Amino acid sequence: MSTQAQPVLEATTAETREISGAEVLLRGLLAEGVDTIFGYPGGAILPIYDALYDFKEELNHVLVRHEQGGIHAGQGYARASGKVGVVFATSGPGATNLITGLADAQIDSTPLVCITGQVFAHLLGSDAFQETDVINITAPVTKWNYQITEASEIPGILAKAFYIARSGRPGPVLIDITKNAQLDKIPFAGYEPCTHIRSYRPAPVVRPQAVTQAADLINQAQRPLVLWGQGVVLGAAEREFRAFIEKSGIPAAWTILGAGVLPADHPLNVGMLGMHGNYGPNVLTNECDVLIAIGMRFDDRVTGRLDKYARQAQVIHLDIDPSEIDKNVATTVAVWGDCKQTLPMLTRQVAERTHTAWRQRFAEFQAEEVDVVIREALFPTSAELTMGEVVQQLNELTQGEAILVTDVGQHQMVTCRYARLNESRRHITSGGLGTMGFALPAAIGAKFGQPERTVVAIIGDGGVQMTIQELGTLMQTGIAVKIIVLNNQFLGMVRQWQELFSERRYSFVDIQSPDYVTVARGYRIEGQSVSDRAALGPALQAMLAHPGSYMLEVMVAQEQNIFPMVPQGCSVSEIRLK
Amino acid sequence: MERQEFNITAYTENHIGLLNRIAIIFSRRKINIESLNTSPSEIEGIHRFNIVINETEEVVRKICRQIEKQVEVLKVYYNTNDEVIWQEMALYKVPTDIIAERALVERLLRENGARAVVIRKDYTVFETTGHRQETDNLIRVLEPFGLIEFVRSARIAIIKASDGFHLKLNEFEETQPSDEVIENEYLNDRDGVFAM
Ligand SMILES: Cc1ncc(C[n+]2csc(CCOP(=O)(O)OP(=O)(O)O)c2C)c(N)n1
Repeated sequence: MSTQAQPVLEATTAETREISGAEVLLRGLLAEGVDTIFGYPGGAILPIYDALYDFKEELNHVLVRHEQGGIHAGQGYARASGKVGVVFATSGPGATNLITGLADAQIDSTPLVCITGQVFAHLLGSDAFQETDVINITAPVTKWNYQITEASEIPGILAKAFYIARSGRPGPVLIDITKNAQLDKIPFAGYEPCTHIRSYRPAPVVRPQAVTQAADLINQAQRPLVLWGQGVVLGAAEREFRAFIEKSGIPAAWTILGAGVLPADHPLNVGMLGMHGNYGPNVLTNECDVLIAIGMRFDDRVTGRLDKYARQAQVIHLDIDPSEIDKNVATTVAVWGDCKQTLPMLTRQVAERTHTAWRQRFAEFQAEEVDVVIREALFPTSAELTMGEVVQQLNELTQGEAILVTDVGQHQMVTCRYARLNESRRHITSGGLGTMGFALPAAIGAKFGQPERTVVAIIGDGGVQMTIQELGTLMQTGIAVKIIVLNNQFLGMVRQWQELFSERRYSFVDIQSPDYVTVARGYRIEGQSVSDRAALGPALQAMLAHPGSYMLEVMVAQEQNIFPMVPQGCSVSEIRLK
Repeated sequence: MERQEFNITAYTENHIGLLNRIAIIFSRRKINIESLNTSPSEIEGIHRFNIVINETEEVVRKICRQIEKQVEVLKVYYNTNDEVIWQEMALYKVPTDIIAERALVERLLRENGARAVVIRKDYTVFETTGHRQETDNLIRVLEPFGLIEFVRSARIAIIKASDGFHLKLNEFEETQPSDEVIENEYLNDRDGVFAM
């Protein structure tokens, strides 16, 4: 056990009565402000589910159809709402089904508290029924985890879990609770949230001299470029970011998890970075003189070949996680800290500039990209429907107000590229892990996190079949999630690679689909399938107007490729337009 | 950059599972740990890891930040061999009759800075501490006398320049103070939240 002072448990006031560990847990969740839990029961977590029966009014438990669906729903909830997602699973197979979601949440810095049941403490290590070593299995994919073997540990550890999950760089935390700890009764008089752990510094101390150095570099720059990532969203620093950009006049490009921080049509928003990002920001990364990275981690999908990445530039890196600084790209100036705090300091010290000529370069690249790629993608002249026009029409109908949840593949990149997002937390996708099967459950979670908003899941015909059972969750909860399956009858992104890099050897990428509309009907969900242009608009309208969940299958061109593209192993300036 | 031996010193909470978390940081990067020792430090409740790896400084620096990122890790330092005083301990078991009969035991021990820990009728155990070549040396010396068993500990190291971790920890708390412990907002409306 850690020696850190545990939150106080007052044991002996007159009103104090003894309650089970399970009930302590649920009261703790309430105290943390939890309203929704995604979960799936089983023997080892039965006492908690039993206690949940009495908390039906206060705690909304969503019964998913698979624990992977549960944790992706928790992620979608957290990403849409900015709150901590909470997930329950039983021991053994229940717990191991969480692994993909934990890895996904870990790499995308999503705050989660997962509670797994565990066999009785006296059986630990005996290969008991449904026993697995959850703590060791999940260590590499959690920010923190802990096994509770006594009821008295529950409030203190739960408080730590929430504090760790949501503070600093957020992440998934897992608490494994043995059955005896859930059952045992303890005197309980209160729950105290955790605000300090001796060995844990959520954010490093800001060094003002680094901010000044950064400002000096920026003020001398002729061709500065800002790259922003999810750190701005996680730090809730959207306004601070915008103030910095607008004063300094620096063109800014985004990673896919940073989408929406600057509205799509903001004049300083020069587009998306990375493998399928925009032409200008990719090429010009290798021409800027000062590169300012804000809350992004130089993922290899963004940088391409590192030894040819922005070698000419002096690099300023703002990040809350010191281990990200210099991890992939060496910095000239490192500004440690929460960008909510550091950005205003920087803004105060930077000069007002417009960088007109430099911004013109981006506009030229943009015009070329429109000519070669974008116009045809959004307003095709060919007979076949494109993924781009679906996204384009959705933009028009939803005015950037809907939450779009994407799966992984070509449709994901198309959505990232063409969705007109005006705010952050409007696009939820599996960025770092690239998890197929993410979108349907994550969209369910997003709807619980933002019930007032329209939630549209955009999924490939491959990915939807990975967690299609969650249609059952939609049916049972009765919530409205709009599902668009972009059916190209291929595992499209893999096919694209095989076409471009393996001489069209289409090895096991022609995937067959069921009749999605019939499947949806089986779950009492409305839907239709469209394959011609005239029907697309009305179908999208019907989908959005429908009061409940809706399944819209759109048959799109079978062999379309997503461009631009930075081929694997190439530098960002070698990005191909076709 | 050249690879060389680095001594990583990590100060941590004494927490179950932390050893695994730290080990994973090395194994997922395919870095071999040459030596690992963990034990309580001079401060109550704080443990100290001494880890030796053969790597470039750049790798070591990144590794240290990853270790420090773990919730239960307070602080991590790395040092070259020049910057630390380090020791390993070794035990040697040899048959008493042979060693008594054939060796000039006294000289042997003096020359190798060793001492006898146990002398029994059937075997004698010697102990020595020092750098690798010193403990290796005694193996070679004892081999002709029928060395039965040999064991060497992990390395422990102490930083030459340091004022001790105590001061550093105080500094750490001063420069990176933790948030004030705020009043428990929930206890005020306990009846509402915890009506029982
Ligand atoms: C769980 C998982 N398995 C495999 C992959 C590899 N993968 C990446 S994209 C892709 C194809 C996706 O096809 P589909 O869902 O039809 O979407 P499309 O690319 O056609 O839009 C595959 C198989 C993955 N990302 N995740």
